[in-house]
Amino acid sequence: MSAVFFFIFAIIAIAGAFGVVMLRNPFYSVLALVCHLIALAALFLLLEAQFVAAAQVVVYAGAVMVLYVFVVAYVGGGDEPLHKPGGALRVLGPVFGLALVVELCIALLGTALRGVSTRGAHIVLGFGTPKQIGTQFLTTYLFPFEVASLLLLVAAIGAVVLARRRRGLEPIEERDPRLQPARPAYTGTLAEVAGLVAGGGTTPARERQEHPVLSPTGSRSDGEESR
Amino acid sequence: MGIGWYLVVSAIIFCIGAVGVLTRPNPLVILLCLELMLNAANLALVAFSRMWGGPDGQIFALIVMVIAACEVTVGLGMIVAIYRRHLAIDVDELNELRG
Repeated sequence: MSAVFFFIFAIIAIAGAFGVVMLRNPFYSVLALVCHLIALAALFLLLEAQFVAAAQVVVYAGAVMVLYVFVVAYVGGGDEPLHKPGGALRVLGPVFGLALVVELCIALLGTALRGVSTRGAHIVLGFGTPKQIGTQFLTTYLFPFEVASLLLLVAAIGAVVLARRRRGLEPIEERDPRLQPARPAYTGTLAEVAGLVAGGGTTPARERQEHPVLSPTGSRSDGEESR
Repeated sequence: MGIGWYLVVSAIIFCIGAVGVLTRPNPLVILLCLELMLNAANLALVAFSRMWGGPDGQIFALIVMVIAACEVTVGLGMIVAIYRRHLAIDVDELNELRG
């Protein structure tokens, strides 16, 4: 019975992996990867790793894939040509992959590990449960556990820094100062009074003509409105 | 089922992911193929854990999942930053650092 389930889920996992590579639209690739991950979680269950299977479905297929779907929707990945003209890598890549499969299978056939051909060692009751994994994480593997949590924190901060909106990237659009709404003299914000931002009627016109500054709205102040 | 079958499936998935990394030009799909390779490694680790009857391989697989989540976060942040700068989302075009 476990052999039937193994072949079903192995075929789904391999088909999902092929779908990720072959499908032209990145959105469909993400959906194929979700399919692949769920089949892989079933394989983990067949290997008596219940907690890893649950984490796979909840963390991977749940959270990480939602992040992927958001970014694909934001970037707007449309259909793209699967094989662009030129590039020896496009031809050599599949050859390399096939060679790697053959090599790994030869290594597996000639292995000296006798356990590979068995169904696995005898396992104790409670193997792969959250209790066992948690006990291991908080006793033997406490240091890797803490390092992993620190790494997650660093990655989260790094992603925020990388993807934040920087100032000065957007092109400054020239706007006609005559289209600005007219404001009475000596009114404005504190930043304009301090001379940080141009605009308003508080700065003397002569000084602003000598030092034209850019306001955050992108309008070039040249003292037009006070004249 | 013998453990060897799981290792064969793991090898096939890893190689599919490697081919995807080598041939696809879109960095989003390259990240997805990296996920495939990490998951193939995870499957091998869990299979070896079952072979020895110890939980260490499963611990290792969970750590690999954490690393994969970090890699996805930073990689997607970089893709969003590339998109904000109106550059092409194509690793063949993004070759300014090429030696």
